Amino acid sequence: MSPDTLFTGVRLLDPASGVDLHGDLLVRGGRIADLGPGLGRPDGAIVIAEDGAILCPGLVDMRAALGEPGYEYRETIASAAEAAAAGGITTLAALPDSLPAIDDPALVRLLRARGEETGSLTIVPYGAVTAGCRGEELAELGLLAEAGAVAFTDGNRAIGSARLMRVSLAYARGFGARIVQHPEEPSLAAGGAATEGELATRLGLPGIPAAAEAILVARDIRLAALTGGAVHFAHISTAEALALIRQAKSDGFAVTCDTAPPYFDLNETAIGDFRTYAKLSPPLRKEADRLAVVAALADDTIDAIASDHQPRDADDKRQPFAQATPGGAGLATLLGVTLAQVHNGALTLARAIELLTAQPAALLRIDAGRLAKGRPADLCLFHPERIWQVEAGRLPGKAQNTPFDGRALEGVVLGTWKAGRRVFG
Amino acid sequence: MSYRQKHLLAIEGLHPPEIGHLLDLAESYVLLNRSGKTQRDLLRGRTLINLFFEDSTRTRTSFELAGKRLGADVINMSVSTSSVSKGETLLDTAATLNAMHCDLLVVRHDQSGAPNLLAQKVDAAVINAGDGTHEHPTQALLDALTIRRRKGRLQGLTVAICGDILHSRVARSNIHLLTTMGSRVRVVGPPTLMPAEAERLGVEVFHDMERGLADVDIVMMLRLQRERMQGGLVPSAREYFRFFGLDAAKLSVAKPDALVMHPGPMNRGVEIDSAVADDPLRSVIREQVEMGVAVRMAVLDTLSRGYGRNEP
Repeated sequence: MSPDTLFTGVRLLDPASGVDLHGDLLVRGGRIADLGPGLGRPDGAIVIAEDGAILCPGLVDMRAALGEPGYEYRETIASAAEAAAAGGITTLAALPDSLPAIDDPALVRLLRARGEETGSLTIVPYGAVTAGCRGEELAELGLLAEAGAVAFTDGNRAIGSARLMRVSLAYARGFGARIVQHPEEPSLAAGGAATEGELATRLGLPGIPAAAEAILVARDIRLAALTGGAVHFAHISTAEALALIRQAKSDGFAVTCDTAPPYFDLNETAIGDFRTYAKLSPPLRKEADRLAVVAALADDTIDAIASDHQPRDADDKRQPFAQATPGGAGLATLLGVTLAQVHNGALTLARAIELLTAQPAALLRIDAGRLAKGRPADLCLFHPERIWQVEAGRLPGKAQNTPFDGRALEGVVLGTWKAGRRVFG
Repeated sequence: MSYRQKHLLAIEGLHPPEIGHLLDLAESYVLLNRSGKTQRDLLRGRTLINLFFEDSTRTRTSFELAGKRLGADVINMSVSTSSVSKGETLLDTAATLNAMHCDLLVVRHDQSGAPNLLAQKVDAAVINAGDGTHEHPTQALLDALTIRRRKGRLQGLTVAICGDILHSRVARSNIHLLTTMGSRVRVVGPPTLMPAEAERLGVEVFHDMERGLADVDIVMMLRLQRERMQGGLVPSAREYFRFFGLDAAKLSVAKPDALVMHPGPMNRGVEIDSAVADDPLRSVIREQVEMGVAVRMAVLDTLSRGYGRNEP
């Protein structure tokens, strides 16, 4: 049995549980034993006292690609777990478009087990919507759910066929699981490398119009209404799509969405002189879209912030822009880049933490992301004002393809605890 | 020296004095070439590599001739894209070139930004000889030199660039150069061949030849690639020619002394009628080829002097 840990004199913050107080939190047997304004110090307890630090639930990252299985040269589960721990993440929903795709119950169990082996990261797998994420025939959603898949998606491949999306939503409804869509109309996005507009025109890069996102969002809202199924849109990046989602929510449809730090921190100019590290899918958008994403984080249109971690190696990125593989590393920067929106006044700290913890946990229907007695002691201790600089090549973990290279951030993870055990810091 | 770059990767970003310097120097090479004299000591001992990932006899020959007239050792490397599919990356090629101690590297590639990537990794001065749908700077310079010699200026002229603007690196480089030098630029073509937000490049957009060509000084036609028709962006060659092909009737609304230009190779009967292309009073298409050699000599001369290379 590991010794007790007492956090003392820190700010305890879990807005979803109504916790925001200066005080102590006691961990015993891997769970939160007590929390309050002043707890006694049990004999033999490890004491953690950090002036000005905030203790929140370990972050729940609802969208990240692991290199495993199939792309171990980009990232292994061990290296992703290292990066996640450094980023304060204790639970991660893994995308299924790996090689092989997670379209078999045995693979779901394997990923869960591999997460447990890390000792620091709970991996909750997504199941593939279609066999091989090929967008053709439906995968065994029921068996995948039974094995522990928390929701279904074809990862970075959009479910392009309206009929298939309809069937998926209807069928998954029977298991209470969401269908997570990569909202990008495939024929409009085909071959595209940057958001359509002046910059892509100047660089001579094939464009992806913002409408490619809005079209699939509009279609799938209607299909959700038709089927009664629950659709979740991943990494929303445009004002147009957000307006549709906002309206659908106010109309009472079962529609949710997330976004990722690049879409509220960067705009298309980051691709500048053909910088492939800023080539993402969906592409970085115009400044007006970025501002719309920020506004939608604040007004509850967006339900969660995910890292959208997509590990790539140097050979994936050192290519002419249109040939480079899209995707950015995002685990270690998830909290810091989100806090930038708190420091600039766009979000309250409480809202930011909720978007990174309780809300994604609720979307995934998992027991995580809360500070409450009896809950697992998955914790993130951070200092909101301490400064660091993102540097590609010096990030924790294997994947170094950060779109935030050189970005100065306020907000440092001091320590991460998984089931009461310190796994970082 | 007024050209302040190590490479020539794009026209966008160059300042008027830099463009003016290259054009003035090219002008002097036109005279030198016509006099039959040579200047074979200028690049003696220097190695120029023509690295072409895309076929282009015309541009490669022009650079080759320019290099040889200045005394450089010229090596032509045609790299089929198949060797890239065999796993050799652009950066492997860059490493090879560094080992060869190449001084001047001319690159043609079917991907936008490929010369920028190479320029980060090679020691040589890199000249973009056309990259994807991005830029083709020496083409814009030779077009500008042709215009300047015929019209005496660039400032205040109205130039219509017509056809497949979307996929044209020639159009982009010309737009940047001409707007930088004070010309008014129009782009004319079907909406499906017009890049998004083209007007943000400082040009006027037209979808109708008659209105687009009204009172212009220069008509610059672009090649329509056959594969664009396969992509469904225009229905057929004959429909394209009917609405966007340059013939005498469409040209009649331009100024009486308007010049007709084309970067070559021409699709006669698709974007341009032979009668116009071969009209000695209007067409300067052959002169463009002559200017091409002079402009490339000026670029090689300028870059071989290595701006910034000896700075700490």
